[in-house]
Amino acid sequence: MKERERTGRGSEERGGPAEAWAGSAEAGAGSADVGAGSAEVGAGSPAVTRAEYCVVACAEVWRGAGEVLVSPMGLIPSVGARLARLTFAPQVLLTDGEALLVGPGGAVEGWLPYRQHLALVTGGRRHVMMGASQIDRFGNQNISCIGDWARPARQLLGVRGAPVNTLNNPTSYWVPRHSRRVFVEKVDMVCGVGYDRAGDAPHHRLVRVVTDLCVLDFGGPDRSMRLVSLHPGVSVEEVREATGFALCVPDEVPCTREPTVEELRLIREVIDPGGARVREVAH
Amino acid sequence: MTAEEAVSRLESGMTLGIGGWGSRRKPMALVRALLRSDVGDLTVVSYGGPDVGMLAAAGRIRRLVTAFVTLDSIPLEPHYRAARERGAFELTEVDEAMFMWGLRAAAHRMPFLPVRAGLGSDVMRVNPGLRTVTSPYEDGETFVAMPALRLDAALVHVNRADRLGNGQYLGPDPYFDDLFCEAADAAYVSCERVVDTAELTKEAAPQSLLLKRHTVTGVVEAPNGAHFTSCAPDYGRDEAFQKRYATTAWPQFAARYLAGDERAYRSAVGEET
Repeated sequence: MKERERTGRGSEERGGPAEAWAGSAEAGAGSADVGAGSAEVGAGSPAVTRAEYCVVACAEVWRGAGEVLVSPMGLIPSVGARLARLTFAPQVLLTDGEALLVGPGGAVEGWLPYRQHLALVTGGRRHVMMGASQIDRFGNQNISCIGDWARPARQLLGVRGAPVNTLNNPTSYWVPRHSRRVFVEKVDMVCGVGYDRAGDAPHHRLVRVVTDLCVLDFGGPDRSMRLVSLHPGVSVEEVREATGFALCVPDEVPCTREPTVEELRLIREVIDPGGARVREVAH
Repeated sequence: MTAEEAVSRLESGMTLGIGGWGSRRKPMALVRALLRSDVGDLTVVSYGGPDVGMLAAAGRIRRLVTAFVTLDSIPLEPHYRAARERGAFELTEVDEAMFMWGLRAAAHRMPFLPVRAGLGSDVMRVNPGLRTVTSPYEDGETFVAMPALRLDAALVHVNRADRLGNGQYLGPDPYFDDLFCEAADAAYVSCERVVDTAELTKEAAPQSLLLKRHTVTGVVEAPNGAHFTSCAPDYGRDEAFQKRYATTAWPQFAARYLAGDERAYRSAVGEET
């Protein structure tokens, strides 16, 4: 995938191999100081916020997805999905959150009630980004309950569609607060299936985990979680400190790429003009 | 029939399916009638919302079969949570698709249907009775054999119905109400308005006729009968009232809103708005 125009700068010590979601060295040799570089984005426009890096990192999950349904759960993934559709992934399908498929302007283009949604899940033409109350190093995810399932300390949502999602279509996760409470050695109830438990499930694929600190994938040893990029201003140590298991960290970790001028305009003026994104990531 | 008459056909110990989804088009007037009865010890099968929360709070559930319980705009159902955290009933927790295939198996009189969901997850651990089945063809893939969710009775709510039991939804999503009726030995359908049969297709297309009369045992006219859940296009969710439900201790809520009949409920709700 060809790199698009970008306005940001990669920090020199992190400027690793350029991947679509990571800042590349030639994109401008900046300092590690976050605030300074961000001012390059459009004269007079406010600095890129952490929430906006998260939006872009979520959008990048669907780059090259093709004509599939994108199912974002959570506010920032929803903004990211619309951003992807309006820019580099125009083919993706989006819903209104209920039973209708809608275009970027809200025009209804199709009908997708839950029963058809479940068929689409098992047909595989979908990439979902779910939340995770807990996630472990192989991508096992829990949204059901905390503690002993038989009598939980905290009852949460239930398994919902996590088992069917993870066995049938590409799955990514969004964690708005990266912490040891979420990134645990062992989840209390496996809802979304991780790589160590998927066996030879033919359609199991976990793509990425986006958090308020970084982007991760499952490219580590035995398909364990690996650090892919750091949002500008975040250190490897900070991520390690907030992760409750040994994370695979490559020698060089790039920064999450900068949004383009056009992407920032779309986020700020078209998709989320009310700034609701700061409710999920508050800076 | 009336909601009371429908509930009088239910018995303690039954397996009861409840239609709708989360906090959407739930047969709440029928659930309220159930709460006024002394029917309990139920196995409730539901894509759970406040129906489950209320029945759990009132101690009517022996076992719950579900994939989730949510109020949608309030993600976690507080009364359900509290009941789970005090170990108030048994839980059969399955995936959303497994649940649908369980209803479908029952509707088709199949003992099970294969489903590519559940394997590798703790759904298998917490349901030790679940079995798998292997494809007899070259692919040899292994699936969960989701057992039929056969129901003694189903309760659902739709927008319109005729007196014969032909039921119509007018919103964007049928949910799974037809499957609940087909999976049940007896199905009680409440509706916003009972109309003549010819009225059903006067302004709506025939594919809106979700429920067929041969699967429906009784029809209850219950205007606002899904309140406080949504019933598009007749009305949306009563978010303010749902919030009150979610933040009021159950005994106070029950005393204030559920002590009298449906008319008393409506007037108590009306006094607050």
